[in-house]
Amino acid sequence: MATHPGGLITKAAPAVRTRRLVRKFGDRVILKELDLTVAPGEFTALLGRSGSGKSTLLRAVARLDHTVEGSGELTVPERVSLSFQDSRLLPWLRVLDNVTLGLRGPGARERGLTALEEVGLAGRDRSWPHELSGGEQQRAALARALVREPELLLADEPFGALDALTRIKMHGLLRELYERHRPAVLLVTHDVDEAVELADRVLVLEDGLISVDLAIDLPTLRSRRDARFQEYRDTLLTALGVAQPPAPA
Amino acid sequence: MTDLLPTARTGGGPAVLTKSAAPPQDPPQAPGPRVARGTRRRLGPGRSLPFGRLIGPALLVALWWAASASGYLDPRILSGPGTVISTAGDLVATGRLQDNVLISLQRAGLGLFFGVVSGVVLAVAAGLSRTGEYLLDGPLQIKRAIPSLAMLPLLILWLGIGEEMKVTVIALGVAVSMYINTYAFLTSIDSRYVELAEGLDLGRAQFIRKVVIPGSLPGFFVGLRLGVTSSWVGLIVVEQINATSGIGYMMFQAQQYAQSDVIIVGLVAYGIFGFASDAGVRAIERRALSWRRTLAG
Ligand SMILES: Nc1ncnc2c1ncn2[C@@H]1O[C@H](COP(=O)(O)OP(=O)(O)OP(=O)(O)O)[C@@H](O)[C@H]1O
Ligand SMILES: [Mg+2]
Repeated sequence: MATHPGGLITKAAPAVRTRRLVRKFGDRVILKELDLTVAPGEFTALLGRSGSGKSTLLRAVARLDHTVEGSGELTVPERVSLSFQDSRLLPWLRVLDNVTLGLRGPGARERGLTALEEVGLAGRDRSWPHELSGGEQQRAALARALVREPELLLADEPFGALDALTRIKMHGLLRELYERHRPAVLLVTHDVDEAVELADRVLVLEDGLISVDLAIDLPTLRSRRDARFQEYRDTLLTALGVAQPPAPA
Repeated sequence: MTDLLPTARTGGGPAVLTKSAAPPQDPPQAPGPRVARGTRRRLGPGRSLPFGRLIGPALLVALWWAASASGYLDPRILSGPGTVISTAGDLVATGRLQDNVLISLQRAGLGLFFGVVSGVVLAVAAGLSRTGEYLLDGPLQIKRAIPSLAMLPLLILWLGIGEEMKVTVIALGVAVSMYINTYAFLTSIDSRYVELAEGLDLGRAQFIRKVVIPGSLPGFFVGLRLGVTSSWVGLIVVEQINATSGIGYMMFQAQQYAQSDVIIVGLVAYGIFGFASDAGVRAIERRALSWRRTLAG
């Protein structure tokens, strides 16, 4: 599988391809003939102002928007996993049953246990969701997404509800799991630092189109104090219309 | 309770509130921040005692006992517990009580069974498909406004006065309360869970099993408890009409011969069944809904 960043065309078929994707609510056109290609195994972050249509795009790619008007072509792989801002664990199923929900074939239980172990929740399989902390719930949700061995992982602000410390830990975990399983990732986030830290490619959605498509050429282990990290960050913040004071030397 | 307002909590004594209308009187205060000790005011009812629910009924019986033992209660109006127990003993010895109880239980049980099954099936059909909703919900809401007992004349006309009619009357009442509550909870299942199920590619059957049924189970139990009660009410009514057996019939006969003790035995039997069945439903509910954290604990 291609490991280089930047969304270069790989030999394999793209993981996601949208052509002239249109989505509208009434008269308001949210996505205006949007073209987007994500390569297999590519970690892409999607930024954009609040209300710019990030969730709309993600839900379209997840094919969850039955009721939304629109047109365009959409190609997605067979195995797509989703994670939401809330962990969305079913309160009436124990953690393991949540993780293996909808899993078919033999060995579902074992796969679920392995996934829980991977996210550091070994031994919590019999707990009820409300017995987990917010971060643990989000980790369980991550296990549920990964146990399906997705070719594409769609995540809509999965860390939005977490505190700063837990979020840092989750970044590390997500990146680690990504390295191991190599799904294509489309991560919606509000946080520019999070995008530059995690993704190999950052997109900005503006006025219904991708206005910035930035390849992040940084080593896997990234430091926020890296000068190039700052450069990427400033570029993106400017693209998002946030004026940046000159960084202190 | 005024001290539910956010006030600084002190360890000893209730927090004092100064109303702004009253001239402010600064209480003498110790220097430094006030230290709150212990835990916060509990708003939930607290821990539960095992069999705590039996205390109320037991107290009631004790009161009755005391009243008739002290001669306060005229036995012609209300026999004492002793008389009632010995009458119950006689009724058991002749087999009259068991036979009547059995037939009553059978009626209530059958009515409950058919009512629960049909109520739930209707709720699922109306909740999961628009066609079902359009066809079923209206008529059932109308039926809800008409007590099953009001349909008694028609049912007697259609089904006669036999067991069928009795079971049908009971089942109708049960079905409506099952339907109303199950349907209400089912349609208020969080749409985010539906989205999750779609995202996980759950099939229809799995969606119903893992999301719809557990999600509407709290409503199912509300309906079941009401349904159980309504099955007893229905039972009492149908047994007083043209019955030749059952607890109600036994009581009706006792009325003719002014045997207040037999009537009490019947009432107690109804009471025990009502209480026991409600407790049974509660116990099942607690097990089935153990994932919930509620005020009741
Ligand atoms: N169901 C809906 N009905 C009508 N308008 C909607 C609906 N969902 C979203 N919109 C509108 O579409 C626009 C894009 O919404 P979307 O949720 O995609 O934004 P977003 O980029 O995800 O924002 P945020 O960062 O705040 O989550 C918004 O202006 C929103 O008001
Ligand atoms: Mg959004």
